[in-house]
Amino acid sequence: MSALESAPRPFGARQLLICLNGIVWRESLRFLHQRERFVSALVRPMVWLFIFAAGFRQTLGVSIIPPYDTYVLYEVYITPGLMAMIQLFNGMQSSLSMVYDREMGSMRMLLVSPAPRWFLLTAKLIAGVAVSILQVYAYLVIAYFWEIEPPSWWNYLTVLPALALAGLMLGALGMLLSSLIKQLENFAGVMNFVIFPMFFASSALYPLWRVREGSPWLALACEINPFTHAVELIRFAFYGQVEPTSLAVVAGCTVVFLAGAIWAYDPARGILMRRGG
Amino acid sequence: MTAPEATSPPALSVAHVTHAYGARMALDDVSFTVAPGSFCVLLGLNGAGKSTLFSVITHLYAPKAGAVRIFGCDVARDSGAALARLGVVFQSRTLDPDLSVEQNLAYHGALHGMSAAERRPRQKALLERVGLADRARDKARHLSGGQSRRIEIARALLHQPKLILLDEPTAGLDIKARADIISIVRDLARDDGVGVLWTTHLVDEVRGEDHVVVLHKGRLLADGASDELIAQAGVGGVGEAFTKLTGAHAPAEEVEA
Repeated sequence: MSALESAPRPFGARQLLICLNGIVWRESLRFLHQRERFVSALVRPMVWLFIFAAGFRQTLGVSIIPPYDTYVLYEVYITPGLMAMIQLFNGMQSSLSMVYDREMGSMRMLLVSPAPRWFLLTAKLIAGVAVSILQVYAYLVIAYFWEIEPPSWWNYLTVLPALALAGLMLGALGMLLSSLIKQLENFAGVMNFVIFPMFFASSALYPLWRVREGSPWLALACEINPFTHAVELIRFAFYGQVEPTSLAVVAGCTVVFLAGAIWAYDPARGILMRRGG
Repeated sequence: MTAPEATSPPALSVAHVTHAYGARMALDDVSFTVAPGSFCVLLGLNGAGKSTLFSVITHLYAPKAGAVRIFGCDVARDSGAALARLGVVFQSRTLDPDLSVEQNLAYHGALHGMSAAERRPRQKALLERVGLADRARDKARHLSGGQSRRIEIARALLHQPKLILLDEPTAGLDIKARADIISIVRDLARDDGVGVLWTTHLVDEVRGEDHVVVLHKGRLLADGASDELIAQAGVGGVGEAFTKLTGAHAPAEEVEA
């Protein structure tokens, strides 16, 4: 073999792009190889749609509220919530598995790249979001055959930026949690203390005005829950509209969560260290 | 590119590195250097502070005090330049079992900003070198322990570093696989001028001419050529020298202390 040259390639914009591309490519490949993960990501919202929603449609009427301009079936109402749920699960799963179990090694692999650490974490996040968007569209294909569709084909595209932003927020939250909270070592803990409260105390399953009738306190919790805003952002985007409050909340939370995660993964903080490995 | 080569700094310089987990000192004022193209064995029992030192060198976290430089580039301050010159083989298996060998290498290449065109010839040469050119398309989960290690070594060399770190690379391997790995890495130092920092708790992996650094309970107990250490201690071999230095029994082969 030829003599090794010692001049490392300078890390410019082109290298960063190669790096980002490689991280997204690997995450997608891994996802396609993990059939069970893909299937369970699809089955979960289907259970809600076909069983829960079908049972609930008689008990829960949804009146005309924006963005809907007509009465909608309950299945139609909860679809944006289920899209956000797919992203919530995916965000928690990919970020937590990154640090815990056997992925610890691959996190180390990632962090010895010469690219700046904030870039690596953001790239990892973007990769997770890309996978979650794939899952959401797979769900929408099935939902289409259940006659759940947006007003126009065009809306399959308008929902994309909302999915990207909501996915970033939820992924960044997962990354932040993975670095800060030691007790959340397994997925069951995350289900109980993060996913369930966020999902149920939100507008995913019932409109907020109905919640307010029952419990003003719960309604307040729902309103300050960032997940509610992820759901509403997706809901309005699915109808070709922008909900400014939700957009602001989701964008703001994304910045805060991501900054927090980058801070927590700073080598001087030694968060990885405490886990050993 | 910075030009640290002009003054030919050491491949690795660990200067007064101190680190503590809470009240427990994991590394206490550790200093040593690894010369370019040399084979340096970092010898220590489990819990000696080897893994902590490894994490500090790879920029996983910053030491409380002291500095690590790779060819003159400070790992904490100029981490991009330092990490670009460093190849790492972690103790835990870090190949992605669901991906093929080639895909694993491609991912690593991308992390180091290598395009496919840059990577391919290099990947081919390295796979040949570790004797696994025919396994490029196999999934990593179908490789044996020794084969995975060899792929990990090829991967660590993909971006052409002049220093590689190996953390207990022979742990859990059979005798034949261990011998293969050791000979591949020794050739790298001798033929290609790659500086090697080889972490182990097995004294029988040390040769007379090797540079040996002995770490015990976070402190550096010895730093020099293995032959000299043996002579200084007035004993017959590295194992005895290690026992004398640390007061602990030196394990050989796969016997855990």
